[in-house]
Amino acid sequence: MLNFPMWKRLWLWGITLAASLAALPSLVSLTGQAWPQALPRPTVNLGLDLAGGSHLLLEAQPAQVAAQRLENMEETVRTLARQAEPRVRIGDLSTQNNQLSFIVDSPADVDRMREALLPAINGTGMQREWNLQVVDQTRLVLTPTAQGLDAAVSQAMDSAVEVVRRRIDALGTREPTIIRQGDTRIVVQVPGLQDPEALKSLLGQTARLEFRLVDLNASPADIAAGIAPPGSEIVPYADTSPFAGQSIAVRRLGGIRGDNLVNATQTFEQQTNQPVVTIQFDQQGAARFAQLTTENVNRPFAIILDGKVLSAPNINEPIQGGNAQISGGFTVETANELAISLRSGALPVDLAVVEERTVGPDLGADSIRRGLLAIMVGSLAVVVLMIASYGRFGVYATGALVFNVLMILGIMAVMNTTLTLPGIAGFVLTIGAAVDANVLINERIREELRRGRRVVTAIESGYKEASRAIYDANVTNFIAGVLLFLFGSGPVRGFAVVLVIGLFTSVFTAVVLTRLWVADWVRRNRPTELNI
Amino acid sequence: MRLLKLVPENTNFKFMRWRVPFFAVSIFLILASWVLVAVNGLNFGVDFAGGQEIRVTFTDRAEAPIPELREQLGQLGLGDPVIQRFGDPNSVSIRVALPEGVESQPEAAAAIGERVASAIDSRFPNVRRDANETVSGKVAGEFRTRAAYALLAAMLAVAVYIWVRFEWQFGVGAMFALVHDVSLTMGLFALFQLEFSLQIVAAVLAIIGYSLNDTIVIYDRIRENLMKYRKMPLVELLDLSVNETLARTVMTSLTLLLALIPLLLFGPASLFGLVAAIFFGLFVGTYSSVYAAGPILLWTGVRSDSFIPKESPADRQERIARGEA
Repeated sequence: MLNFPMWKRLWLWGITLAASLAALPSLVSLTGQAWPQALPRPTVNLGLDLAGGSHLLLEAQPAQVAAQRLENMEETVRTLARQAEPRVRIGDLSTQNNQLSFIVDSPADVDRMREALLPAINGTGMQREWNLQVVDQTRLVLTPTAQGLDAAVSQAMDSAVEVVRRRIDALGTREPTIIRQGDTRIVVQVPGLQDPEALKSLLGQTARLEFRLVDLNASPADIAAGIAPPGSEIVPYADTSPFAGQSIAVRRLGGIRGDNLVNATQTFEQQTNQPVVTIQFDQQGAARFAQLTTENVNRPFAIILDGKVLSAPNINEPIQGGNAQISGGFTVETANELAISLRSGALPVDLAVVEERTVGPDLGADSIRRGLLAIMVGSLAVVVLMIASYGRFGVYATGALVFNVLMILGIMAVMNTTLTLPGIAGFVLTIGAAVDANVLINERIREELRRGRRVVTAIESGYKEASRAIYDANVTNFIAGVLLFLFGSGPVRGFAVVLVIGLFTSVFTAVVLTRLWVADWVRRNRPTELNI
Repeated sequence: MRLLKLVPENTNFKFMRWRVPFFAVSIFLILASWVLVAVNGLNFGVDFAGGQEIRVTFTDRAEAPIPELREQLGQLGLGDPVIQRFGDPNSVSIRVALPEGVESQPEAAAAIGERVASAIDSRFPNVRRDANETVSGKVAGEFRTRAAYALLAAMLAVAVYIWVRFEWQFGVGAMFALVHDVSLTMGLFALFQLEFSLQIVAAVLAIIGYSLNDTIVIYDRIRENLMKYRKMPLVELLDLSVNETLARTVMTSLTLLLALIPLLLFGPASLFGLVAAIFFGLFVGTYSSVYAAGPILLWTGVRSDSFIPKESPADRQERIARGEA
């Protein structure tokens, strides 16, 4: 028990010093000194609540939501008319002035359309979403209600917040603050003061992916003049495409949107080795994609991202199985960015960065200074009590605590984790567990001495008997920590990471290291009496 | 040097004599906490519920007086404000919680922001108002459900581990102690309507960790004594185990209190809720390890033969071969 061969001794000191050394850059940067450039510099990142970071204000245009709704309504009207028995013929459809108007053949058809449109008009909420008017007996006019539009904007913003959160998580940024501000804005704060360019370009990408048929009836002259045939529109090529600067005409309706994706990854095209994005549709999307490609073999279709054509390949054969490859002059970075955006879902609205600032810590620098001071006073009191109670063994316990703190910081630095206030709560809990482990061991040694054991036996069985409780208590907390990490989010995870790291180092320092020190002391001095 | 001994040797307190009244009190407090949380509700802070954001710039200063602001705005009755330096050193953003029902009334919310801004005006001249807007909470809608699932999964896994390492009765006892500690902490927050923020989530997690640790230490001694004293009545055995670990319990609680008291007394106001919650959790956690987790073992019928090593067939043959009974 108290016998440590040389190789074990070297291992223990090696682990301790290596982990503690890794904490040095973080500690040095805390004092405001510069760490030499030449040396490796793993540092613990401080979270927004402790150190502040960058602040981005994103704004959406509600008009865009309105336009999108109008387009969806047009699609609904056309589908309902086509599905009606007998079919309702629709003419002179327009979407001017934020309203949808069209004529049908007879007043009877008006009634049938009104009937069919009722669910769409009433919506799912408490309030009616559209007003329906009949003009000149056969013209129907649909106008969005103010409440319906507000609800749609609010819903779009809610899902935009979720998409933003998923994208930021995909970048590996830990514990961002994402809040809605007012009706149309989202505040994003990320820890650290590095330039948030990558974040900005990721959030600036709406990632609305569409597959639409190319209108072959449009003449090049008309396209160049910006005149689209009925039912089509002119879409420019993306800047990265070989056809940048040109445009093509695509059918407005009847395409597929990229909402039905289950996955998107950055891959390489096998023949050219160009970076591409491979997407996979869900079942519904795959079926529609197969149908679209089956019905249009030997015709080109356009792959459109955020209103720009990436490419317009020919459909050589029906594409079954729901996998597709998107190329468009990507670099590995831009392909990867697009894959992240597609995976996290399209933003329901475009978001523009309207403000960019640096912000101070949530808690306030003043609070953090006072908190650190209080922690130092508390630690000093704990050290005094430990040494007053256990003498030499209290000194060992204190030494173990110092190494424990250093090792936690060092491991966190190497793992590049972010320390937040909940993380500090986990930190404090593991330090408490380490103190408790030493108390358990030392009280047990006292107990064994009272039972008349000799010094060496008392120390040996003190460590052995106390280790069982320490082991069970720490494994219990470890299990809790792992599950909190797996199932929790945000602050719960921040707590769990530090807890799990800290439990390892607590047991290591409070049990293994102190035993090494005690063993050395016993071997050198052969004590026959123990003051504990 | 004479060392400090906080607890005399060989104490013999009859802890279990009061188990029924104490346990009844525990049950009552748990139920009362649930009722309090259900009726009063928790006072969710700006992290959860959202609130009003006011941004001001102190035009005649190089740096915004954040500590003074924190103190002054804390007295407005709007909960603990979140005050953050925003952009330039002399600009701040202030987030305050809105009273219930106000979020949906833009005028009332703006009026609250106005109240904060004019409070600042009255103390600091030359303050420019930059913004006054309603903001949402900081945590995603799914945070609460995810946190609840995480806790549930963690508790189940811990119960299974304790069942494997001890006996099922110990698992039940540890879970009961855990429910006791978490419920009472939530009850405290509901009773005094203390602000329930993300920090308090961290505090509750720390309390759970401490409660488990403390319960396991006492259970370990009970397990050891059950193996050592096969014939001892269970009540006596529990008393013995608690007494034997008493010195450790007192010492550990005292060290943690020593670490917390400075934070409570002169730590920052923004950490008061967190520290107060852990402080309270320390007491209930220590109490529950003895009076909630202990009696459960009595009533679920732990027996000393639970821990007798099972005899393998090989051992049995060897014993018979040796001619022992």
